[in-house]
Amino acid sequence: MAEIIVQKLVKRFGLKSVLKGLDFEAKAGEFVGLLGPNGAGKTTLLRILASLSRPTIGLVKVAGFRLPQQAAGVRASLGVLSHQTMLYGNLSGEENLKFFGKVYNVGDLETRIIEVLDLVDLAKRRRDLVRTYSRGMAQRLAIARAMIHNPAILLLDEPYTGLDQDASLMLDAILKQIAAQGRTVVMTSHDLVRTAELCSRFDVLSRGKIIASARRGEIPRDGLLAFYRQAINPEREVENA
Amino acid sequence: MPKQPSLTSFWKAMWAVVWKDLSAERRSREIFSVMVVFSLLVVIISNFALDLNPKTQREITAGMLWITFTFAGTLGLNRSMAIEKENNCLDGLLLSPVDRTAILFGKVIGNLLFIFMVEIIVLPLFSIFNNINLLNAGLLITLVLGSIGYVVVGTFLSTITVQTRTGNILLPILQFPIILPVIISAVRASTFFLQNQPMELIWPNLNLMIAFDLIYIALGVIFFDYLVEE
Amino acid sequence: MKPQPLILKILNWVSGILLVIATYLAIIWAPTEAVMGDVQRVFYFHVATGWVGMIGFLLAVFSGIMYLIKSDLKWDTIGLAGIEIGLIFSFINIVTGSIWARPIWNTWWTWDPRLVTATIMELVYLAYLMLRQGIDDPIRRARFGAIYAILGFVSVPFSFLSIRIWRTIHPVVVGSGDPGAEGTFDMTPDMQTAFFFSLFTFTVFGITLLWHRIRIGQLQDKVEQKKLELMS
Repeated sequence: MAEIIVQKLVKRFGLKSVLKGLDFEAKAGEFVGLLGPNGAGKTTLLRILASLSRPTIGLVKVAGFRLPQQAAGVRASLGVLSHQTMLYGNLSGEENLKFFGKVYNVGDLETRIIEVLDLVDLAKRRRDLVRTYSRGMAQRLAIARAMIHNPAILLLDEPYTGLDQDASLMLDAILKQIAAQGRTVVMTSHDLVRTAELCSRFDVLSRGKIIASARRGEIPRDGLLAFYRQAINPEREVENA
Repeated sequence: MPKQPSLTSFWKAMWAVVWKDLSAERRSREIFSVMVVFSLLVVIISNFALDLNPKTQREITAGMLWITFTFAGTLGLNRSMAIEKENNCLDGLLLSPVDRTAILFGKVIGNLLFIFMVEIIVLPLFSIFNNINLLNAGLLITLVLGSIGYVVVGTFLSTITVQTRTGNILLPILQFPIILPVIISAVRASTFFLQNQPMELIWPNLNLMIAFDLIYIALGVIFFDYLVEE
Repeated sequence: MKPQPLILKILNWVSGILLVIATYLAIIWAPTEAVMGDVQRVFYFHVATGWVGMIGFLLAVFSGIMYLIKSDLKWDTIGLAGIEIGLIFSFINIVTGSIWARPIWNTWWTWDPRLVTATIMELVYLAYLMLRQGIDDPIRRARFGAIYAILGFVSVPFSFLSIRIWRTIHPVVVGSGDPGAEGTFDMTPDMQTAFFFSLFTFTVFGITLLWHRIRIGQLQDKVEQKKLELMS
């Protein structure tokens, strides 16, 4: 069964159309990557799936709930991680999790906080203020925040932005672990190689539509860039040939 | 099965927002200390700028008090909403399955508590500086009614200004013309209470504040969804 | 841009002619008021501009509500037009009032409820314009503008009441008078004719200006759309 269904989605901001009849689907347990140039509509699509933005026209169904009518149901089954941490600097890591846990009405919060802190390996620093965290630690805590209510679906909006090599590798490991638990994950990214290796499938978005798609391993690593370029700009490829 | 928002989850979320704001403030004291110090500076500057004789000074104390809270309050409101915007925490809140009104009320209650704390500090100081006893039950009631209207409008509008290009600067420009009636009535009621005037002079001012508070709370509930959803 | 529709062209001319007649009625034809003298003649335009200003603001509130319901940017254009017209006419209203007040109340300015309320309304809608300037996204601008137009307007009667509780000396010419008001007078039939004619004139004039302003707004939208088409 598909966890996320998007059909003929159009999103207009005033006179400007960002999404132009987009179709998208993610099955339960799939890890889908979204690639595409800036302004293609990746973040807009993710914001609509996250119920932060309303679709102008089109069907959007997340975890069996229609958007925007059943937003509360969608929100409860969704975890969101972006390059902005959505954490309060003047609270400790533990307090941040406690706050979001209360807002999400998580049962047995104490145990759950320990679980997610272990997942992102921050148990030791849990009493420190988040503003003293490094970028990588803050991003890990942001994952813990997104996971606090054990969501079936995770949306990741360019989660690697601003992370150094080590932090990125750690994030890789955590995301693999999360995906292996049978969650549905959708991630936008600019990193072709990482997306192709991490995700079970990736789609390429350009000018408000999905124009290409490939499964993991379908395209050899050194062919990725050519595939991507061909997808977003087929005409230029013809000129070069 | 995900829970639909219920009354319990509404209260829980609202108090969680209050608890979060108070905990962060207890650590940093950045809102409270700025407002208190700013209030003191207003007192000192106005003392020398106006250079009044002691009798006049006592007469205009209520007015000075409200000028101080009006301006100091803007700083607090701005900071309180800037915190939500800093790491895009506002989106984090909006992503949660709670009624948006719970978020608005949580912020309003938090901001009210900050203002009350400032008022509790500034009142005795004002009493000392102006040689007048301000610990008057009527005045305290006026402070509560006036602060509610001020904070409800201010919290709501700070959600708007924090999303503009110019940011915080706009808040007083948007807020002050709207809260003018509250300030006028509050000053009037405060002055009358301090002068021990009969209640029939005071009631119209109190009633106006109560009506204003209720109407703007209702408007906040009606319009907050439109503020935060695209 | 489409050429002006015939009705608008007619309105242009009608407004012009009406304004000339209204000026003649107010300045020459209407009798001089016995106590106040010629300065009373400012009253005809004073009330009429205040009336049009109020209509402009009310239109903006109505458009704001419509925008929030329909999410159609058309209402944003109308609302903005209403507010700009409202700001200009209210400003004339305040200035003419001030000219009248100088000899009658012996001051340019006094903290009277109507005066302050009119001024506060100016400030609310100036703030509205500043708010719009601070937002680039047209949708968000329309949404926040609509909400602020409504919130600001709700506060206006409160302002009036709060100062009314404080004190008043403004005359109430139409409707029941306050015995404490200075400058009250009874209108003769000729004065009434000039008064209602002026009210009518400015209403027509206001509608004509509003129409033009909405057309300019539509043109702006069109330019923006063309720009977007070029960029994408």
